[in-house]
Amino acid sequence: MPGIFAFAETRDGEIRKVSQEVVTAARKLADALGTEVHAVVLGSGIAGAAAELGRYGADKVFVGEAAAFDKYSAEGFTTVISSFIKEHGCDVALFPASSLGKDLAPRVAARLGSGYSSDVIGLEVQGGAVVATRPEYGGKLLSQVAATGGTPVFSVRANVFLPVENAKAGTVETLNVSVNEADFGAIVREIKAGAAEKLDVGEAGIIVAGGRGLGSPENFKLVEDLAAAFGGKAAVGASRAVVDAGWRPHAEQVGQTGKTVAPTLYIAAGISGAIQHLAGMRTARYIVAINKDPEAPIFKVADYGIVGDLNEILPRMADEVRKMLA
Amino acid sequence: MKSIVCVKRVPDTEARLRIAGDEKSVEAAGVKFVLNPYDEFAVEAALKHKEAAGSGEVTAISVGGAESAETLRTALAMGADNAVLLKTAGRAEGLAVARVLAEEIKGREYDLLLFGMKAIDDDLQAVGPMTAELLGIPAASAVTEFSVADGRVTAHREIEGGHEVVELRMPCALTMTKGAYEPRYASLKGIMAAKKKPLEEKAATAGDAGVETRKLSYPSERQAGRIVGQGADAVPALLKLLREEAKVL
Repeated sequence: MPGIFAFAETRDGEIRKVSQEVVTAARKLADALGTEVHAVVLGSGIAGAAAELGRYGADKVFVGEAAAFDKYSAEGFTTVISSFIKEHGCDVALFPASSLGKDLAPRVAARLGSGYSSDVIGLEVQGGAVVATRPEYGGKLLSQVAATGGTPVFSVRANVFLPVENAKAGTVETLNVSVNEADFGAIVREIKAGAAEKLDVGEAGIIVAGGRGLGSPENFKLVEDLAAAFGGKAAVGASRAVVDAGWRPHAEQVGQTGKTVAPTLYIAAGISGAIQHLAGMRTARYIVAINKDPEAPIFKVADYGIVGDLNEILPRMADEVRKMLA
Repeated sequence: MKSIVCVKRVPDTEARLRIAGDEKSVEAAGVKFVLNPYDEFAVEAALKHKEAAGSGEVTAISVGGAESAETLRTALAMGADNAVLLKTAGRAEGLAVARVLAEEIKGREYDLLLFGMKAIDDDLQAVGPMTAELLGIPAASAVTEFSVADGRVTAHREIEGGHEVVELRMPCALTMTKGAYEPRYASLKGIMAAKKKPLEEKAATAGDAGVETRKLSYPSERQAGRIVGQGADAVPALLKLLREEAKVL
């Protein structure tokens, strides 16, 4: 059997968590189809880190190292990956639905002449064909899609296929890559870290998001403090209203024209719950709403709610969370 | 500088959607349609850069049915100079749209090819990079801001935890997200002027997208949960539920 292709993204020489998730999703498909998982890692100085993918179910890890791959290159990566998929005749190709994956995967699909679906939240085998489930229309509908030929390319949403460790360790092989940066029409010159971001809202397992109900940009500190109480596990999110008002950077915006997230826990503080916001967070596993208005639409989608003053509730929550995790 | 902006007609965000009898499409009756919000950022970026250069041309292109002419008129009313509708029958998506666009664009002269980062109907985020690949030009997606100098584009693209500065050789493709380009409203003057601007219609055939929708369904409705209590005193009970019932802490 040709195998399931899994693209593993790295940054600063480390395998990213989304990559463990992609390999985990690939493992499930490979087991259902009775085939192997072939993970490909591209970068510079990443051979050591790549081996860990075996733990998440990669039968073979192919490492392609090149100085030009120190930073992401859409053209270079597309060339190496599409050749790999063609040569191996992979059944399915999986990518993370990260900013890199969503830049790269469609390009690979176009090079292969393959169909592509993004932000996949479910993968199953129906009558020998792989069927992917993905949200459309801002999550108002779910679509089941199947390939009509070739190697289908899918990007899988973060936090959906949680990494599962595997007893079996995979083998590591070197992938021959010969690329020249001078051939690339686009080159990443610099990566700038966001001002205060530790964990990205698109990938965090817990999100504490604030809205206009906080009253002022200064009060956003309450949201930051609560996020910090989770000890590096939570990211700060923001509603469109507070981003438009200039209180928070766009990188934190959840919803339409912002990020789509699927955390385990989403705490919405002072967010009324406009449909554009719901489009970004309705696939959260659990939603907690804190709002002084008991009629706020956010309570209609929240699993748990507290009605009241954020100035009292958020600091108390931060205290209790710190105590609980201490 | 010549820019081509690819735009799409999509249901308004607030629209209530009903799945059609074939279980594979959405009923259009009663739904309000708009210019895709991400495409507005692309149109605005093209206009801003044309204005900064003091000369140039902005061409809006759309793939879709006859009704997409209305969407192109919106782009013209914002300030695009001319428009092309590549008229297809039925819904086309992903690779099929990229192929139609690439076929049209390859015969044209342009410096910048702009897209919205994604369309809010299929949420696919693919047509921009795919079209660039088919045209063999460099691309960057999720761009918030860019500058043009000496035949090169310097673009800022959003990534997790920050942003990347990408330098691209022109012509190149960029897919735009919210950032430096706040879309302008079409003025009454602009709307009147748009009626006289050239809008060319061409028949196009969208082929296979490589994937097919087998079935659309409604996600299970999120049930309204419970109000745990009022004020800060409810916090311990909430955390107990999160730990013991939801098991997320």
